[in-house]
Amino acid sequence: MVTTNENPAAKTRFWNDEKTRGIIYQVVTAALVAFIGYYLISNVQDNMAKQSIASGFGFLEKEAAFEIGEKSIEYSAADSYGRALVVGVINTLKVSLIGILLTTILGTIIGVCTLSSNWLISKLGTIYVEVFQNIPVLLQLFFFYALFYEAFPGPRQALNPISGVFISNRGIDFAIPAQHLAWSYMVNAFLAASVITFFMVRWARKRQERTGQQFPSFWLGLGLLAGLPLLTWVVCGAPTELDIPALKGFNFQGGKNISPEFSALLFGLVLYTASFIAQIVRAGIQSISHGQTEAAMSIGLKTKHVLSLVIFPQALRVIIPPLTSQLLNLTKNSSLAVAIGYPDFVQVAGTTINQTGQAVEGVALMMVVYLTLSLLTSVFMNWYNKKIAIIER
Amino acid sequence: MRHFKSLFIGCTLLLSSAGLVFAGNGDTLKAVQAKGYIQAGVNGDLFGFGKADQKGVWKGLDVDTARAVAVAVFGDLKDRVRYTPLTAKTRFTALQSKEIDLLTRNATQTLGRDTSLGLDFVQVNYYDGQGFMIPKALGVKGAKELGGATVCVLPGTTTEQNAADFFRSNNMDWKTVTIESTAELSQAFFAGRCDVMTSDASQLAAIRASSPKPDSYMILPDIISKEPLAPAVRHGDNQWKDIVNYSVLTMINAEEFGITSKNVDEMVKSKDPKIQRFLGVTAGNGKALGLDEKFAYNIIKQVGNYGEVFERNVGVNTPLGIERGLNALWTNGGLMYSPPFK
Repeated sequence: MVTTNENPAAKTRFWNDEKTRGIIYQVVTAALVAFIGYYLISNVQDNMAKQSIASGFGFLEKEAAFEIGEKSIEYSAADSYGRALVVGVINTLKVSLIGILLTTILGTIIGVCTLSSNWLISKLGTIYVEVFQNIPVLLQLFFFYALFYEAFPGPRQALNPISGVFISNRGIDFAIPAQHLAWSYMVNAFLAASVITFFMVRWARKRQERTGQQFPSFWLGLGLLAGLPLLTWVVCGAPTELDIPALKGFNFQGGKNISPEFSALLFGLVLYTASFIAQIVRAGIQSISHGQTEAAMSIGLKTKHVLSLVIFPQALRVIIPPLTSQLLNLTKNSSLAVAIGYPDFVQVAGTTINQTGQAVEGVALMMVVYLTLSLLTSVFMNWYNKKIAIIER
Repeated sequence: MRHFKSLFIGCTLLLSSAGLVFAGNGDTLKAVQAKGYIQAGVNGDLFGFGKADQKGVWKGLDVDTARAVAVAVFGDLKDRVRYTPLTAKTRFTALQSKEIDLLTRNATQTLGRDTSLGLDFVQVNYYDGQGFMIPKALGVKGAKELGGATVCVLPGTTTEQNAADFFRSNNMDWKTVTIESTAELSQAFFAGRCDVMTSDASQLAAIRASSPKPDSYMILPDIISKEPLAPAVRHGDNQWKDIVNYSVLTMINAEEFGITSKNVDEMVKSKDPKIQRFLGVTAGNGKALGLDEKFAYNIIKQVGNYGEVFERNVGVNTPLGIERGLNALWTNGGLMYSPPFK
């Protein structure tokens, strides 16, 4: 004891110093990782060159020469592989974003249902969760897809529940407003209304915090969002012409089509993921002690305000982190699309790999795209999580 | 979940090609002899070409081709071939990454594949072409009437490209439905999801045979592409390539000589020097390939000649009911032709 106290750091060798040693370990580890990475990559390049396997990303500019079933941007077989892959990414984004939105709403509703004091509603919620949570999502996709093409008739005998809507095993074809300038103006009007509403709500909240006076911002906002586009429509001469799908040859032409593949994928992913989100929401709400509800009621808040002002803001802090990982799961699961023929990114990349034979580059692209999507979702959800976290004062 | 397999194989390729030394001349034969069997990549889902029956016995033209190679190498068939079912997407990667020794999975030989995939194709074992299958009720007589149709296509094959080329060059609109597994795709087609299904004509015949009502479907007479289906080996091992090549050619040559699995024992006694050389009575061919002198005899005895293999798996008396057509011997107006065995 005494001797060590008398001999200070001067006598300790530098490799015995805790700090220096830590740095040495980290440097060595980093060097090792870098070396292994370099070794693997250079060897792959070497061996691929020896086996005369083409490498590099030059193929992205070559003509793709294959067709894609669904596309949101202009694409034909004469376009490049790069553009084909972009079509795939957009398809993945389309199903993921719509899926995330729907599954969050559905999951929240079902989560609240399982907690309902109504016996029937809570039991139905529980059954839903148990059923959808415990069936593999791939099986659900196959089921919904088969349901779609087995249950609905061919296009020539298409169901026509309301005029302008046709349901067949080719998907749902519905009428859309025919090309007219008014529609693009209306979109602009809606965007303008959204911006105005956003600032109005902010102003109203600030004013309420300052003066305690309430402002009917909800109804006014709703009025703006619906009214402004409607007004534009009337000003533009109220066009009512429709582009109605009609059976021509093999298929419906005109209107808009939602394919069975897209519907089945969306259904499967949303129903499956919602069952997990329901559990997360239930757990989040239950984590708030009942005293909070009683306290909120005792100061005279209405039931809806108890939920929206007291319970949910606190529950969200518990809900958001696991919710993020479920939403990430939905995005990643969307790659199962390949099994039911929805042309998502994995499918397009798969065809590209097969036609060009460049598996390493193709798989690398897949990893980059999914990593980027996941990280972006994470960043957004983390930002939101921070925003709603308890602000320590 | 098959696409995960491509991802997996992609990663395996990345890792294995990093650690392994590249295969040189003769390496594959040595490795195969050391382990005692050939690992063959086959379709796994294609009746008539590569599919296991209810008892788990592998059957098909491609399977028999792999067997012929195994017999050439080992002289017998006691567990000498093990099969890896591969999808269209994973097949070439599996060969490149040495997961398999030989690819006999109805793969079309093309310039692109021959040059940029690190593999070599050998003698074609089936001359195919892409066609269209439609429900008879559709009332379509030719492929040119298919404008606006929804078409079921298998992804990751030359099929996608051929179909796109066909519709493009004829200025016709079309919609594709692309599903990875043949079984799922056929089910969607039979349920009416698509108006047309396109693939190699042999494959369409197999799918039609597996449908609940084969008679209500027909294959259009139009053939829109050339699909020489050939076994493939890794680029760089020329000895192994020769062995596989001449195993296929042995079956073709045997048919030309009129030697079958039934009469081969009499033909050995033939006085014809060409047959004596072919069957190894006169030594030379075996040594040149690094095989037993009786490899041709063994192949014919245990697997059969090309005609036998064809008729057994896909011929007119099978549910596929395919005529010899292009696959007849050159002497009968087909394309099957073997260089001399000398």
